[in-house]
Amino acid sequence: MQNIIDVQGLKKEFKSFSSRSGLKGAFRDLFTRNYTIKTAVDDISFTIKKGEMVGYIGENGAGKSTSIKMLTGILTPTDGKIVVNGMNPHKEREKFVKTIGVVFGQRSQLWWDIAVQESFRLLKKIYNVPDQQYEEHMKDVIETLDIGPLLDKPVRKLSLGQRMRCELAAALIHNPPLLFLDEPTIGLDVLVKLRIREFLKRINEKYGTTILLTTHDLSDIEALCERVVMLDEGKIIYDGPLKELRENWAEGKQIQFQFSEEATLEELQHLTQEHLVVWEKGESDLVWVASVEADETVISGVIGKVTAAKKIADLKILEISTEEIIRNIYVEGAVRHG
Amino acid sequence: MGKYIEMIRIRFLMMLAYRTNYYSGILIYSINIGAYYFLWSAIYGGKENIQGLSITQMTTYIAVAWMARAFYFNNIDREIAMEIKEGKVAVEMVRPYPYLNMKMMQGLGEGIFRLLFFSVPGMIIVALVFPIELSTNASTWLLFFLSITFSFIINTQINLLAGIATFFLFNNDGLIRAKRVVIDLFSGLILPLSFYPMWAQNVMSYLPFQGISYIPSMIFTEGFKGSQIYEALLNQAIWSLLLIIPVYGLWILAKRQLVVQGG
Repeated sequence: MQNIIDVQGLKKEFKSFSSRSGLKGAFRDLFTRNYTIKTAVDDISFTIKKGEMVGYIGENGAGKSTSIKMLTGILTPTDGKIVVNGMNPHKEREKFVKTIGVVFGQRSQLWWDIAVQESFRLLKKIYNVPDQQYEEHMKDVIETLDIGPLLDKPVRKLSLGQRMRCELAAALIHNPPLLFLDEPTIGLDVLVKLRIREFLKRINEKYGTTILLTTHDLSDIEALCERVVMLDEGKIIYDGPLKELRENWAEGKQIQFQFSEEATLEELQHLTQEHLVVWEKGESDLVWVASVEADETVISGVIGKVTAAKKIADLKILEISTEEIIRNIYVEGAVRHG
Repeated sequence: MGKYIEMIRIRFLMMLAYRTNYYSGILIYSINIGAYYFLWSAIYGGKENIQGLSITQMTTYIAVAWMARAFYFNNIDREIAMEIKEGKVAVEMVRPYPYLNMKMMQGLGEGIFRLLFFSVPGMIIVALVFPIELSTNASTWLLFFLSITFSFIINTQINLLAGIATFFLFNNDGLIRAKRVVIDLFSGLILPLSFYPMWAQNVMSYLPFQGISYIPSMIFTEGFKGSQIYEALLNQAIWSLLLIIPVYGLWILAKRQLVVQGG
């Protein structure tokens, strides 16, 4: 499979001015300015193959947006090589942007004061989409996103969820092989999120569209992406399958017991002495949580022993969530490999 | 080409969406023209003509200058500044068109809208109230329309320059306001350039501003005669071409400088 995105040693530095304090400092600033060079993206390299859906995650200020802007040709890199769809995004901007679709969750691409369909019509002309292709493709898009009734309304009268669906449709008018989504589900309710995810999956399957997605909502990534690229302070700290990330980081499971009679720590420890279990008291006297290794025999062994000896009202096996995993990674600042 | 026409159409629709603004606009322009009419009648005070312009020609000059302004005037400098400040320029950069050309087309859409819905009705109102002499010579009208097309091009290029300056200054409201005053003054909108002292006329003949308002208004009032008209049009044409250089130069520098603000 060919590489759609090929990034080698990408770097972006910004000059940022700092102002001196006080009135005297302000006068001095008029003549000479102090500045510091801030590296937003620091020597990152990765490749993305056709048809992949990749989650691009990182904290605020980790360099996600900056790198997306370099990949879409908006910003010039300070250093490094980018080839997207076989082109240099910044050098061949006009030709290049015809082959990509972009959705910025926080910025509208539609014209605020005019009806959605007028925006679509303009975009169709801008991208030179033939009538027939437009009819076929957009009919499908409009139906799946259920935006038919919104087309004759001006954008300023749409709700956020409605607008976002229209934005997505607008980004797909020319059916691009590569789609960049910068926080597409920001501020949306669960139903709209689900609809957008389903839609993205569908176009990925139907047209083999490659999707690069940045988001703070990890459930988006879990639902869509098999691969994640994680950034921290401008560097890639993890690039690989989401599954592997979970396996290496989600060590162990927690079993939560709710007993119908009171239990004591000694009693429980005695019951499970064969296994390595850490017992913790939960929300009430009746609730206890056992942290164990993620091993089937241990889990069933512990459950068997405990349920045989004591009456239980409820039982839950908890897995560590992706969100917790990511948080742990950021706290430790690096990714351990299996 | 299709995309440019579509953009003009969209801009037209956007202006229509806020058409009520224009009723007040017509009123304001009429008041302006009226005020200048009374001011000039006082200055003429019975004199036949000043600097080769009769009082009727003067009134026509003022009326035409303001109505032409409705066509060539646009806010794309402020729009560009806004798009840069709000980071919207990022969205513009992922579209497959030359940003500046598209902005110019938006300005043209705005200009055509104002010409049809503002200048024409405004001119009819003004012609009913004040003694204005409209030329019956078809070639004068033709040359006038050619001339205001150049006015539009020159003014828009200057607007683009002021707008692109935001890339370097980040906040250039002051520059834009200053530019507006300079254009109103040096273009001959407020006072025909022939009324300025000789040295000022000399300086202004080396600047592009007279091509914005003075030349089309003089053509319309037939203040220019014979070869003067063609020299004036040539002057406009040269400035229209010459200004392309700083606009593109600055744009290339600006793209290198581009920092998208706000995430």
